[in-house]
This record gives sequence, C-alpha cells and structure tokens, in this order.
Amino acid sequence: MNSTVEEVAPDKTATYEYKEKFSLKKFLRQYAIQLGILGVFFAIWAFFIISAPNTFLSPQIYLAFMGTIPFFALMALPLTLVVISGEIDLSFTSIMAIGMIAFMFVHDISGNVWLSFIAALAVGLFAGLMNGAIVVIFGIPSLVATIGTQFFWRGAVLVLGQGKSGSLVYTKESLLHPLLVGKLFGYIPMQFVWLIIVAIIMWVILNRTRMGAHIYLTGDNEESARLMGVSTKRVRYFVFGLTGFVSAFAGVVASLHVTYFWPSLGEGYLLRTLSSVFLGGTSVFGGTGTILGTFIGAFIVGSIEAGIVAIGWTNFLTQLIYGLIIVVSVALQAILSRRMQ
Amino acid sequence: METNDYRLVLKNVSKSFGEVEALKNVDFVLGQNEVVGLLGDNGAGKSTLIKIVTGYYQPTEGEIFFNGQKIDDLTVQKARDLGVETVYQERALADLQTLWRNIFMGRELRTTAGLLDVQKMKTETHRLMTESMGFTSLAVTPDSPVRTFSGGEKQGVAITRALYFDADIIILDEPTMGLSLKETRKLLDFVRDIKEAGKACIFIDHNIFHVYSVADRVVVIDRGAVAGEFMTKDISLDELMDKMYRVAETGSLD
Repeated sequence: MNSTVEEVAPDKTATYEYKEKFSLKKFLRQYAIQLGILGVFFAIWAFFIISAPNTFLSPQIYLAFMGTIPFFALMALPLTLVVISGEIDLSFTSIMAIGMIAFMFVHDISGNVWLSFIAALAVGLFAGLMNGAIVVIFGIPSLVATIGTQFFWRGAVLVLGQGKSGSLVYTKESLLHPLLVGKLFGYIPMQFVWLIIVAIIMWVILNRTRMGAHIYLTGDNEESARLMGVSTKRVRYFVFGLTGFVSAFAGVVASLHVTYFWPSLGEGYLLRTLSSVFLGGTSVFGGTGTILGTFIGAFIVGSIEAGIVAIGWTNFLTQLIYGLIIVVSVALQAILSRRMQ
Repeated sequence: METNDYRLVLKNVSKSFGEVEALKNVDFVLGQNEVVGLLGDNGAGKSTLIKIVTGYYQPTEGEIFFNGQKIDDLTVQKARDLGVETVYQERALADLQTLWRNIFMGRELRTTAGLLDVQKMKTETHRLMTESMGFTSLAVTPDSPVRTFSGGEKQGVAITRALYFDADIIILDEPTMGLSLKETRKLLDFVRDIKEAGKACIFIDHNIFHVYSVADRVVVIDRGAVAGEFMTKDISLDELMDKMYRVAETGSLD
C-alpha cells in the first residue's frame, strides 16, 4: 500500500498479460480436494474390479451407470451451487414429483407432451423460488424451510394425484421420449448426455458469470459480500430456483425412463444426491466447492450400490455406506478447513 | 446550502433500528477535495452514518445528494457506481476466496459476451500486487486465498480495491485498527495522496492524533447527532482533545 492514487486506477493500456507459472506444489495444494476425490474414485474402482472382475471389466455395467446415475447426479449439480452459497435444499426429492403431477395434469387437459414438459419445469422453478422466498423474506434457515417444503410438496403430490400412479406410455409417441431417455448411437443413454450438458452449464454459471462469483462470496462471508454490493438475496433466489427447475427436469427424465409415474418419485434420491455433493468436496460451511467434484462424487456414490451387489454383499449395506460417506466427508472438510486457518 | 458545490450532501438524515434511533437529523457535507475526519465514541453513530453513504443502510428520513443530484433508494451498487468506495473496519474480505476474487468483489470485470474476464482480472491483480500492495514474495499469486495474508496485507488488499475503481469519495472506517506503526504511517500517507489526487475522503478513527494529522475538517458525532465541527487549521490538537472529553462526559462541546 505504498503507491499514489493515480497508479492504482484501471490500466486500460496494459500491454502485458499475467501468465501463471506452473508449479507442481501449487497445483497440488490448489486442487488437493479434487485430487483426493479422484484418488478415492480410483481406489474404489480398483477394489470393485478386483472383487468382482466379471462385472467390472465388462462394458455393460458402465452403460448401466450412465443410465441410472444421472437421475440423482442431475440434481446434485445445482445443489452444489446451493451448498456453496451456504444453504441447503432437502425439498428437491418432492419437487421431482410435483413437477410430474403438473406434467400429467397438463397432458390430461391439452394432450400435448411438450406443453406438459414446460409445465413441469415451470412448477419446479416456482417451487424452488418459493424455497428462496421463505429463506430470504422470513430469514428461516434453509435446512428447516426445505424440510417443510419437502413434506408440503409430497403432500401436494398425494392430494392432487390422490395417491395414484400413472402410465406415461403416451410419451413414447412424441420426440420428447427419445430426446430425454433414448439412446445416442444406440448405446449411450440420453440422460447421460443431458447430465454432461447440465454439468457444463453449471460450470459456466459458477466459474464464468457474476452470479457464480457472487455464489462463492455469499457462502464465504455474507456480510462482506453485502458490504461490497453483492445482492445475497438474488443469489438465494437463483440457487433455489435453479435447483427446483433442474429437479423437475430430473423428475421428468426419471419418469419417462420407466414410462410410469410413482407418487413416491424421488424419495430414494435424497441420500445419494447429498452424498454426491459432500463427497465431491463441496464444503458444508459454504464458500468452496466444484462441479467436477460433484460429478465424480455422483459416480462414486452410484457405483457403490452396483458394486456391493456384484461382490455378493447384502444390499442393506448401501444405506449404511451412504450415511458413512456423508459423515466422513463432512468431517474431513471440517478438519481440513481448521488446519488451513 | 448549495448542494452543487459538494461531492456529497446529507440533509436531515435519520436512521432508526426499531426503537433505537441511531441517527437524528444529521446534516453532513463533503467538499470536492476535502478530507473529513469523523470522531465520536463507540456507538455514537459514525458507522451508521457511513453505511448510509455507502448505500448499505437506507435512511429512515432525509435526503442524499451526490454532486448536487438527489439520489433516492441508494444501494451499495448504486453508491459504487457513483464513485463511493469504502475500506471497512472488518475489511470486508472473503477469506476462502482468491486474491483476484476479493479485489473484484461485487464489481467483476466481464467480456463483451457478458462472461467473467478471469484473465484480465488476474492480470490486473498481479499488476496491483507488485505496484500497490507491495507483495514481493513469489509464494503470493492472484490465486492465493486471502486467509493466508497478514493483517497489514489484508488492509492493503482492501485499500487497493477501494482505489482501483477510480473512486471520487473514499471512506476509511477505522483503517488503522490492527496495523503496525509502519503500516499506519503508510496509511496516513495514503490519505494525503487521496487529497493530492483531488478526491474526497471520509476518515473514521478512534485515534484523534491520526484524524487531526490528515483531516481538513473534523466532525464530532455524539449520540446520533452532530455535536460540532471544526477546521483543523482553526483548532489546536489540545483544544480538540479537551472538547472531545467534554462531549463524552456532558454531551456538549462547550
């Protein structure tokens, strides 16, 4: 701070570019958490290959992963943004289902699958923005607010759908079905393609937009962010709205995949989605986290169930392991963040 | 009062938080090229006053003019666009974020496509680091998280950030808190530089010596109201200190 005022003003004629010098030490420190997750990923993979070589050395299992993991990984991506901003959302499982209620309702009236699809997304966005409003306007901790809306929307699903399930076979006649859950080149599930697309969009939002920068700042130090003119309210509306929107999308994808709607849609995804985010290195305290981490985390979480079955252990172990993943990864982050201070 | 002659004019500004009246009918002006020192006890209303100027709080009553223009519904973004930059007591940094993200906090640079211009921000941060913040260590880069910095370094970041955006009004809220003697002297030189560059500054400090040595004018705030103001050239340091003691004890300057 030993300069004069003029020197500091923006230099419009800057001729040189700052070039980052690559140093292995710096790289290791900067990406310690991501590298750690990759390490875990390869360790688990190696363990599965050794324990169940017949399953894990054939391409079928990987195509199966591409088919099933996106259902919850899709939601884990926007949820990463929620957690980075210092909040949490537990209502996305019910938003998946309420979106489908809107889908079927609009289809009953209009008979148009595309209108139904748009209605599902709109209701998802609305439900997400409602979470944002409860948190912003009433100042209720999002943990409590979204437990409330989780029950509220599940209740709405049961009341509006009268607890009934429904066939979605009619969607197979429209282009929406192959577009969302078809097979690319006859092999690659379209839901996996959508997962990649959503992941790229989320990465761009988080790393290349002002909103993304403000999400990090809000989660890191809300007071500082507000003092510097960051609208933390807008950040909250954005992350909750986005999660609601993508959850409704995931709900449509998951339902069209089985061409059937179950009123319990989404209920099994809560733990898997949360563990993907936390295993992916996103801090439960807010302020840090990456899309790549969540992406890898989702594949670890998604492979565990298949791995356990392939090895021949009981399927009851999966719940226990998901719970363990959440506790251990959150504890590790707490230790890491304390060591860094 | 002719509002055009001043960079900033507050007319009859009051601010209440529920039952508590933090500011009562305050009039305040800041000249085009003036350093004003704000003095007052803890809880006198200094921070509330500057947080109204920075748009963080909206006044319950009263008017705000920037260069003669009345501004309604001032927000932090609006104030920054009008050329107000602030170095806060708590420094307003995000510790886990990198240096470049802190420098451009709330005013991130964008490309014509509307996306963040990360390369430009890193380049500018690197230039500021070497030219203004005095970072010479190779271990510190624009990608270093701010939490690893010392108190003085963090203050340097906060000040550099305030000056980067070509501010016309620079507000320093207890800037010497937690600084070493040498860092404090640099900071006071800094305030003089602001004056020399033709800009205006509001300087808040508990230390009356610091305020007296750099301010053109001193405004004393007590219990949410302006208790009095003096040109530093018209009053000796001893007289000012006597008056401050009297205000603290009796609530009146004389």
